[in-house]
Amino acid sequence: MSGTFVGMPVFPSAARTALADTQLRHNLAHATSTIRGKRSRLVEEVDESIGGDDSGWERLRLAGAAVKESALRDLDRHLVALEEALTARGATVHWARDAAEANAIVVSVAKAHQADEVVKVKSMVTQEIGLNEALEAEGVLAWETDLAELIVQLGDDLPSHILVPAIHRNRAEIREIFLRRMKDVGRPAPADLTDEPAVLAGAAREHLREKFLRAKVAVSGANFAVADTGTLVVVESEGNGRMCLTLPEVLVSVVGIEKVVPTWEMLDPLLRLLPRSSTGERMNPYTSTWTGVTPGDGPQEVHVVLLDNGRTRALADEVGRQALRCIRCSACLNVCPVYERTGGHAYGSVYPGPIGAILNPLLRGTGDPQTDSLPYASSLCGACFEACPVRIDIPEVLVHLRAKVVDGHRGDRVPKAEAVAMRAAEFALSDARRLGWAERASGVAGRVAGRFGRRALPGGRRSLSRVPGGSAWTSARDLPAPATESFRTWWKRTDGGREETR
Amino acid sequence: MSAREEILGRVRSALEGVERLTDVPVAPRVTTAADRVVELFVERVEDYRAVVTRCAPADLAATVRAALPAGGTVVVPPGLGVEVPGAIEDTGLTAAELDRIDAVVTEARVGIAETGTIVLDHGPGQGRRALSLVPDQHVCIVRVDQVVTDVPDAVALLDPLRPLTWISGPSATSDIELDRVEGVHGPRHLHVVVVG
Amino acid sequence: MRVALMVTCINDAMFPDTGKAVVRLLRRLGVEVDFPAAQTCCGQPMVNTGYLDEAVPVVRAYAEAFAGYDAIVTPSGSCAGSARHQHGIVARRSGDPALVDAVAELGPRVYELSEFLVDVLEVTDVGAYFPHKVTYHPTCHSLRMLGVGDRPRRLLEAVRGITLVDLPAAQECCGFGGTFAVKNSDTSVAMGADKARHVRETGAEVLVAGDNSCLMHIGGMLSRQQGGVRVMHLAEILASTEETSAEHSSVELTATNVESDAEVLR
Repeated sequence: MSGTFVGMPVFPSAARTALADTQLRHNLAHATSTIRGKRSRLVEEVDESIGGDDSGWERLRLAGAAVKESALRDLDRHLVALEEALTARGATVHWARDAAEANAIVVSVAKAHQADEVVKVKSMVTQEIGLNEALEAEGVLAWETDLAELIVQLGDDLPSHILVPAIHRNRAEIREIFLRRMKDVGRPAPADLTDEPAVLAGAAREHLREKFLRAKVAVSGANFAVADTGTLVVVESEGNGRMCLTLPEVLVSVVGIEKVVPTWEMLDPLLRLLPRSSTGERMNPYTSTWTGVTPGDGPQEVHVVLLDNGRTRALADEVGRQALRCIRCSACLNVCPVYERTGGHAYGSVYPGPIGAILNPLLRGTGDPQTDSLPYASSLCGACFEACPVRIDIPEVLVHLRAKVVDGHRGDRVPKAEAVAMRAAEFALSDARRLGWAERASGVAGRVAGRFGRRALPGGRRSLSRVPGGSAWTSARDLPAPATESFRTWWKRTDGGREETR
Repeated sequence: MSAREEILGRVRSALEGVERLTDVPVAPRVTTAADRVVELFVERVEDYRAVVTRCAPADLAATVRAALPAGGTVVVPPGLGVEVPGAIEDTGLTAAELDRIDAVVTEARVGIAETGTIVLDHGPGQGRRALSLVPDQHVCIVRVDQVVTDVPDAVALLDPLRPLTWISGPSATSDIELDRVEGVHGPRHLHVVVVG
Repeated sequence: MRVALMVTCINDAMFPDTGKAVVRLLRRLGVEVDFPAAQTCCGQPMVNTGYLDEAVPVVRAYAEAFAGYDAIVTPSGSCAGSARHQHGIVARRSGDPALVDAVAELGPRVYELSEFLVDVLEVTDVGAYFPHKVTYHPTCHSLRMLGVGDRPRRLLEAVRGITLVDLPAAQECCGFGGTFAVKNSDTSVAMGADKARHVRETGAEVLVAGDNSCLMHIGGMLSRQQGGVRVMHLAEILASTEETSAEHSSVELTATNVESDAEVLR
């Protein structure tokens, strides 16, 4: 089955490998530019259809952010209300502190029904807790039914995108995976399978239909959980969600506690923001909502597992808390220039991209080198914040988490070279006189460098292609030699240019 | 301590001193002219590559018949307000039995113009959820007076205690190179009949 | 109105011509700027790398240097963004309420150059002359943190003799990102390579932007690739006139300067 992210290298090393994969770079650039175009056209359409002086989309974002924020700031009350409403409607509510507890609950439900397989709706949270592996260890096979998840599962691969876990695969690769692997786990792919997306989708339909028709137990996540009514919401495209939520006798939904929305009416801005931000559609093909058990319609045994697994840790972080507003649309991935080039695997988590760079450290805590490398996996360009439908200020949280990483090393007996450099900079930059001395020293260096520099760089000086200790910069970029006279020296010498003589 | 108590305790301690947010701004509404709503609904449903036919109430039966595959098997829910000759009424068919039926005819609870969405609340005339899911073609009847402007209007009308299915076009996926293709697990053909 | 120039540490040490251009330009527009000699750096390199404690004395030096000015003008969207949006974080970290108040007071008085010209001086035609084909890269912090919008473009469009061409994928980050450029240098270079390619595709002679740090990165890529495009700060183009344009756009002349500096050293 699919692999795990355990033991992933730190981001810069993983990124280096990914950057060298030209097929990956091509697949990602193509896919993300397609989705960016679709999304931005819809944002313009919303601005037009809402009208008014302020951007309609911005007002919708503000409303969506406020709904999630209000839920988080009153989370204990909403969770209790959700539990009460669900129980009143015939659902069984479980609470899980961590992945192991949640997995054990799902396993026990499957075992109670002698199920040796379950069908799964695409769900980030069950990826996060490694549910498939936990089920498999207990002899229960978990079938992923979302097309991209199926591609990842059949390819023994790892997800690389929140919405489209197989975004790193193109149609030719998908065809090859289907031909090679479908026959091992069920209905084989037709021998004349082409790489037309519609044909590939048709093959997935045929392959999975027998599994939908026979499965007794289904597992889902939820996009939203409405506290005042006990309603769960699954937003999807293919109908695999509807199949899982409707046909089996037993349904287990694993729901992160941050999925709570206070009231039914408050779903409105979120249901308008999510599809436009994720697939670039006015509305996704299917949204299912259900409230406990409906006699005579759908699963007659309904379980809901409310999961913490680090969410309360994130909630306690006053700057990072906003990351729990995330509705997993993946707009931040699609606009991120880093993600577009490195892909999702480099982040070493089921949550890649800008949101992953903050969510993973917030959920797990900082302290291990891989997690600590994630907040630095950003140029802080701000495109993610601009695209986020619930206004998570990802750059702000990234900078906050970088400080947490640095603070975690303040007690180190041997400080990192970077820390030493920063303290030297602090010394020079907290006093203009000391800065002046440093600049005079670099001016001498500039004169020397100017003499040996290879090429003229714009801005007035020779450029350097090699600097001692500077290979991270100069391996691919020239560096201008320092100016021979700093601005402050010039200002003093010429009285701000008033006494300048040519 | 139970997991429940511990999680709620952690939440409470994380939120210590954090002010509640009571002032949630009302989401902005679209400004679609009332006389354009049905027209917009039709356009937007068609955008998803669903087939839309408009008809007068007197022509409904004929329109539905014309929308169905010739010689195909058809299932209808109890309480459907239109006669579909030759159709089987659902009396609790198994999923496997439904899988052998070509088409289903249902009514809907509400249509949403801005997003081209139909919502079923699975009441009389709409059937249980499996009915409009397993057969490959879904013919869905929406009355013009059921069409509302946008999502907030629908949310206000719908009863969350009923199971709801929001349908926007035929089943589709963007999972291959983020490009939308129609036709995965849900009905591959959606035909919406707008009456009135 | 007392106006201070925040030249920024990188311009002070590496790109003094940009600072000189701002002084010349504002003087031409009738504004005499002060250069508070106590200024050093906005502290952004430390804040963005996670060294908040180390940034405290730097921000304190900033607050002391610029206290009392009505406007603080800087030829850097990034440093303006840092002063407006990050100094509060550092000040809170210091636990010193006086510093919190001081940076809160200074924040709204900070203007990136194009904001100062368009919003405060209310000019778009600054009387510049620059007869070259130019493409403009909107740097991320001026675009998204400050929201300078089309101000730089309006200023450039009013320059006599200029041919302004659109940069493809202009709003995408160049990959500089401060210490990101070295901590994640492979990714940074991959982003820079795409930006440099887009610049070359325009056929422009000059790439202009409002941040020399980004230009140092993109220019370093273009230089290594012998790309045939030079980079200039917005201030230098806006400061150019018929009399000065030859001097400030000629690579030959700068090469001569380098030679004469080398002679000085001898």
